[in-house]
Amino acid sequence: MNLEVDVHRRLGAFTLEARFTTNGRLTALFGHSGSGKTSLINIIGGLLRPDRGKVVVNGEVLVDTAQGVFIPTHRRRIGYVFQEPRLFPHLTVRQNLLYGRWFTPASEPRERLEHIVELLGIGSLLDRGSTLLSGGEKQRVAIGRALLASPRLLLMDEPLVSLDDARKSEILPYIERLRDKSRVPIVYVSHSVPEVVRLATTMVLLSEGRVMATGTVAEVMGRVDLPQ
Amino acid sequence: MEWSSLFQFSAAELVAIRLSLKVAISAVLMSLPFGVFIALVLARRRFWGSEFLNVCVHLPLILPPVVTGYALLLLFGRNGPLGRLLLKTVGLVFAFRWTGAALASAVVAFPLMVRAIRLSVEAVDRKLEEAAGTLGASPPWVFATVTLPLIMPGIIAGAILAFARSLGEFGATITFVSNIPGETQTLPTAIYTFTQVPGGDAGALRLSLVAVLISAAAIFFSELVARRVARRVAGV
Repeated sequence: MNLEVDVHRRLGAFTLEARFTTNGRLTALFGHSGSGKTSLINIIGGLLRPDRGKVVVNGEVLVDTAQGVFIPTHRRRIGYVFQEPRLFPHLTVRQNLLYGRWFTPASEPRERLEHIVELLGIGSLLDRGSTLLSGGEKQRVAIGRALLASPRLLLMDEPLVSLDDARKSEILPYIERLRDKSRVPIVYVSHSVPEVVRLATTMVLLSEGRVMATGTVAEVMGRVDLPQ
Repeated sequence: MEWSSLFQFSAAELVAIRLSLKVAISAVLMSLPFGVFIALVLARRRFWGSEFLNVCVHLPLILPPVVTGYALLLLFGRNGPLGRLLLKTVGLVFAFRWTGAALASAVVAFPLMVRAIRLSVEAVDRKLEEAAGTLGASPPWVFATVTLPLIMPGIIAGAILAFARSLGEFGATITFVSNIPGETQTLPTAIYTFTQVPGGDAGALRLSLVAVLISAAAIFFSELVARRVARRVAGV
């Protein structure tokens, strides 16, 4: 997987001007709140339009303002795990998981339900109503739902931020397994150093809307000239 | 008045009951798609003239029904601009027909329907729709698979409210399509007629009891359905 981002977007007094390239299995976008992390992955996912710039995944242009290209969210095949689980309350866990299947082109390779269910340890929840789960269970189902839509890239926007420490440590191993065993590369937004150190293969350091450094976690964390 | 005669409906009374149900059900079914559409527009879009649209939709709620009926007569009567247009293009006549009674009921009940649906639209978490988009659903599919199921309790509540209001419609109906037995004489206008003639008490009472029964049944079923749908939507 190769992801190229070079975008410019004004949001009130804030300006996002970010440029990076990554081919990591899990790329962490790291920075303080207000550094533009969420705006940046919203642009990758198509939830926000850049004023200028390009987003290219594996050579396919998703956005190019110079050429007037903007692929809408539902045709990008980019999974998104939000800060909140956003499960559909009128559907069961199984129906939530299989929701993306309805819209996956038949030609695409499909993730098997049993495989994802096993990976995330949600087998016992399948026939429950989605509103009756704990916070950690909901977030695991949300991850499974995104994966079962067979995305070519998975975006995660601080998926652990609304959970307490016990729930965080419940989910972290699943994200590690995802990183090591699934074919889907991940872009992971976080402002937590322990999460990034534990999960990231590549790190993009953001500050005030700009990319300060890109590299492995050790490289970026080791640079003393950067704001930490 | 003989109690034994209380449930011996005359043919004309049965006709009025059937006609009332037909008019109210047609009014609700025909206006429901428009109601959902207008509710969505009012809840989610701000555009030049949206306040004006809001006022137009709500006007029949405040106006004396006679005024609404008179406006319909001017617009959809045989010589009204819309009445003539519809006759010429699709051969549809409203004036002094049961279809006109249905139109009058629909217009008067429309604001109630829109308000109920609009409240449920405003309660939908738009983040869920955004999530559906990231899972590959195009906007029409998002509407069909997420928005519509979530606003279903509001749609049902709106339909029942509109049905009840249609059933009771009097002023606009009698002004627009008059009170013709067998064509436009619904329960309320039939009851009114009975109260105006000597010896009409029994008929008025019979039809009033029927109106009470239908209304009570409508409320009962709406509660039942709403509770079921609400439970399903909440995922319990």
